[in-house]
Amino acid sequence: MKTTELAIVGAGPAGVCAALEAASYGVKVTLIDRDDEIGGQLVKQTHKFFGWHEKSAGTRGIVISRNLAGSVEENASICFMGSTEALGYYKDDGVLLLETPQGIEKLKSGRLLIATGACEKMILFPGNDLPGVYGAGAVQTLMNVHGVKPGDSVLMIGSGNIGLIVSYQLVQAGVKLAALVEALPGIGGYAVHASKIRRLGIPIFTGYSIKEAYGTDCVEGAIIWQLDDNWQGIAGTEKDLNVDVVCLATGLTPLCEFLWQAGAGMAYVPALGGFVPLYDENMKTTVDGIYVAGDVAGIEEASTAMAEGRLAGLAIANSLGKVSAGEFLEKRRVSLEELEQLRAGPTGKAIVEGLAGLRGQMGKRVSV
Amino acid sequence: MKGGILLTTGVPSKEQVESRTPPKSRRERGPFVVIECFQEIPCDPCHYSCKFGAIKQFESINDIPEVDWSKCTGCGVCVAACPGLAIFVVDETFSDTECLIAIPYEFAPLPGKGDAVRLLDRAGQEVGGGFVHRVLPGKKPQGTPVVWLRAPKELSMTVRNLEPVEKGGVSHG
Amino acid sequence: MESSEIRIKQHPILDFPERRKVRFYWEGKELLGYEGEPVASALHAAGIKVLHKSMKEGRSRGFFCAIGNCSSCLVIVDGVPNVRACTEKLRAGMRVEMQKGVGPALISKE
Repeated sequence: MKTTELAIVGAGPAGVCAALEAASYGVKVTLIDRDDEIGGQLVKQTHKFFGWHEKSAGTRGIVISRNLAGSVEENASICFMGSTEALGYYKDDGVLLLETPQGIEKLKSGRLLIATGACEKMILFPGNDLPGVYGAGAVQTLMNVHGVKPGDSVLMIGSGNIGLIVSYQLVQAGVKLAALVEALPGIGGYAVHASKIRRLGIPIFTGYSIKEAYGTDCVEGAIIWQLDDNWQGIAGTEKDLNVDVVCLATGLTPLCEFLWQAGAGMAYVPALGGFVPLYDENMKTTVDGIYVAGDVAGIEEASTAMAEGRLAGLAIANSLGKVSAGEFLEKRRVSLEELEQLRAGPTGKAIVEGLAGLRGQMGKRVSV
Repeated sequence: MKGGILLTTGVPSKEQVESRTPPKSRRERGPFVVIECFQEIPCDPCHYSCKFGAIKQFESINDIPEVDWSKCTGCGVCVAACPGLAIFVVDETFSDTECLIAIPYEFAPLPGKGDAVRLLDRAGQEVGGGFVHRVLPGKKPQGTPVVWLRAPKELSMTVRNLEPVEKGGVSHG
Repeated sequence: MESSEIRIKQHPILDFPERRKVRFYWEGKELLGYEGEPVASALHAAGIKVLHKSMKEGRSRGFFCAIGNCSSCLVIVDGVPNVRACTEKLRAGMRVEMQKGVGPALISKE
């Protein structure tokens, strides 16, 4: 059986930043991803990132992804296993089961970082299983990675940053945006992203949702309607849209199966996307040796995922005795401050409250 | 709704836009930047993009950018640097009847110098016609192209997008 | 829709260079796609959206997540059922078929 000091599941922004940080202290890292490319969902982010000037702000996700991949490739301490799916975790032995292009392998690691990201939430409406109803991430993959338009005309559901950004990217790819609907009374994502799509003439219907998608074998149209105060559709407000794609950007939920398997403490925190692992200031879960970073630890922005990855990498290196106490405490302080600032604006308020709740439960659990 | 019209429609209010517009005396002196960033979000590249120090240093990463009108030359470097595509430059001294407006434009194909364009407002509605004065294409994949438009002077604070005249709509690029 | 229109030709940020085209088969019909692209994107570019029929009610299914998370796009490739069309890379001569429900049992070749 293969062994490594640190195994990381997921080579997205969190996993890669953790790998680079840990490797900078001499930790031997095995970085695992089911894709053959490094970067996770960054490989389809064509927009420029926010954040700090000195930390990739103003750089497109696709460019950040290439830069990170370059850094991993030239780092002798990191072994990247691409096209490798982590199938399961045996908690009694601390062993990961991997499906590599060569076959099934087992990997035992001193430390394990779960950076598996998130998947889209489904919403309920008649016709939601028709081909043509796609996740926003799928639409991005199809057009920005593979160069194929998802369809001719799109109804976007959800006005969080993903819904707003993907709407803009659809128009950049030459696809028509029929409308964007948002069930809440206000736009969920950043105002600058909303302004970008309004300038294109795309209507944003707040307080609206999808009533149904229809079609024989594929989406041939969709009906939206206004919602009342109890989230019920109001008869008579229906609008029939001639679309062949319904794109769901109704939020993400952490991909935390490994953490369940590992027996990690979990909590249901809607502001963080659903079930999330309990973790401490070192990004460590309630299971010794298992850490988390990125969307799996609560849905946020990629810049936060990168900052969390660096923090987890540092803490893991420290736990392996590779960082001096003074340096660790100082770097962790800076890292935690960075995360606090990223969440300091009005858009980060719900996240901060969610995390506070999580921390509270962590405290209780540890003291038991 | 908390946050006002911007957070229900994506279009800033008149007051919000006015809060980013320099005084008349400054407008008469030459090109000036209009930063249509009204919400505290963690982002600071605009400050670093300005070689003249006209976009003030941020105390917190979530600060809303503030312009020192005495230092802004209206050069337009920040237009391509803003990740939110929220920065524009307006020059009301171009001629007696026309102004120039610099707009970040990430669509293909790029219009060419002299092309006639439809002028669109912040809600994507057509408000008049204009011409492309100059195009700074930007380098793929990182660059953001900037299109300088010639527009009727009275539309200087209204026009924020363009649509090439040949096309049926932005959607069929 | 013409398959040529659905491929993005012009993009302000991305370039999609020409790749090697290969022949493959969908339900016995010959199609062209780019070598190495996901089977789902080659099929989508050819206007084929229904990839699978659901187990109980036989409802149409297409791709949904495009990154191998869900199981909406399971197809039969060269006789092997339950292949995710969204992550399986296209090879010349590949025979892809719509999977109905759980698909056929995999019978080892004699």
